[in-house]
Amino acid sequence: MSRVAIIGVGQSEFVRAYPGSVRELAFEGFKDAMRDARLTSQDIQASIICSAPEYDKQRSPAGVFAEYLGLNPQPTFYVESLCSSSSMGLRLAYSLVKSGLHEVVAVIGFQKMSEISSAESQERMGRGADIQWESPFGTMMPAYYAMYARAHMAAYGTTLEDLALIRVKAATYGQLNDKAVYRKPVTLENLSHPEDRMAGPVASPLRVGDCCANADGSSCVIVASEEKAKVYCQKPVWILGLGAATTSVNLAGRDLFTGLSVAREASRHAYKMAGIGPQDIDVAEVHDCFTIAEMMAYEDLGFAKPGEGKDLIRSQATYKDGAIPVNVDGGLLSKGHPIGATGGSQIRTIVLQLRGEAGAIQVKNPEIGLVHNIGGVGLYGNVSILGR
Amino acid sequence: MAEKPKIDERFKKFGTVSFTSLTKTNDFVDFLEKGQIVGTRCKDCGRIFFPPRADCFQCLDSHMEWYEVTGSGKLVSFSKLEYGPAGFQADVPYCIALLDYGTLKVFGRIGKDVPDAEIAVGMPMKTVANRLPNGQLNYVFVKA
Repeated sequence: MSRVAIIGVGQSEFVRAYPGSVRELAFEGFKDAMRDARLTSQDIQASIICSAPEYDKQRSPAGVFAEYLGLNPQPTFYVESLCSSSSMGLRLAYSLVKSGLHEVVAVIGFQKMSEISSAESQERMGRGADIQWESPFGTMMPAYYAMYARAHMAAYGTTLEDLALIRVKAATYGQLNDKAVYRKPVTLENLSHPEDRMAGPVASPLRVGDCCANADGSSCVIVASEEKAKVYCQKPVWILGLGAATTSVNLAGRDLFTGLSVAREASRHAYKMAGIGPQDIDVAEVHDCFTIAEMMAYEDLGFAKPGEGKDLIRSQATYKDGAIPVNVDGGLLSKGHPIGATGGSQIRTIVLQLRGEAGAIQVKNPEIGLVHNIGGVGLYGNVSILGR
Repeated sequence: MAEKPKIDERFKKFGTVSFTSLTKTNDFVDFLEKGQIVGTRCKDCGRIFFPPRADCFQCLDSHMEWYEVTGSGKLVSFSKLEYGPAGFQADVPYCIALLDYGTLKVFGRIGKDVPDAEIAVGMPMKTVANRLPNGQLNYVFVKA
């Protein structure tokens, strides 16, 4: 069975307000990945463009980007699964390559969130949930995740300080990432001092410091057949396992509130396909759109038993030199979360780690890495396992 | 020329801001006006749905009847919003929450009159119809 490789990764800097158009933003991540892979536009046989709609005015961005990036007349199409759009793009690129339809495919994720206000952004994100039955109550992403946080605390005794420890870790590494939107340190005191901005209430029990920052950004992952990878690439990273899952959009249709069923289901598939288990993962990127999301990811991915995720962060096991390093690039919390670009950026971090090219955040000699990317409030789950 | 059919936009009344005007479950709003919270039940297989839906994916048919959500449920979780999305800023602060009735769950808001200090995961609550200050309708959870 032939394998499928990632032969190039790239991303733009994640910034508060990108001073350019969406096609120009997409170019930044594309350029970075194409230089990494040492390819030209003619080498790309198809492109997949990934984002969540309604942040900018461009409808059907795929065709526009393909022209701008020199990818005519090759086919292109648009993929959307909210915040996990570019991991879904990877899944589709894998299937295009595996089927033999194309040999080299570019997965380009982007989001320019700064074209609308923060309140408008919350309203749009809220409409990524059930607009008929939930949004009329005034929902938004932090409040949904806050409900999971409250349930997790009630069931397992997880504390606000445990969540703050996750934010502190993210900031520790965000400071080392020159692509991150937030590069300042964060301390436990910041999140507990009533007058500190980080401790400001958003949706109880979550505070400002528990939430990731909106950002503008783009990412690109170049996927290739084994044959092409061996021609083009010195250090191909192989796609070992892919899992994807869905659940009820309305919380009323769900049974689990201390974890995300889609993450459990997607990881089960990914581990099975890769023929490994959670103990085999050397480095992971998880979807920490909120601190509680990383806590649940520890448990949903099997790094800790349900309710024991807090022990991992308390013991710093998820720091760079710990047993299972998680989000050592600053995560969504510090690196920033430009929705459609996030999955590609997570994949980039793991690929650089596996190649030994992660610089200041390099984990010691990792062989297998995992990417956990969630769309909506646990509506879409994607888990990708990569190896050297 | 035949008269243009009148559009049934009753669902526009649901919630502070409704994002849906046309749905086959429009009668939900009439029940709400009468103070009733209702879901749908498939007449063929008996499956119950809340929130209500017009179609049964199991039977691939649309033979639904309304049933009333009665009794009390347990509070699964809640969050108090101190910051509102566009269109909801005038409502802040408010609590969104989920109630578990055992056979079904209901997502909504906790009533403004329930003191924060008394809200706790696991507490029994019931769902009641509510008229919002802007004349719109929704439902809220109050102590059972």
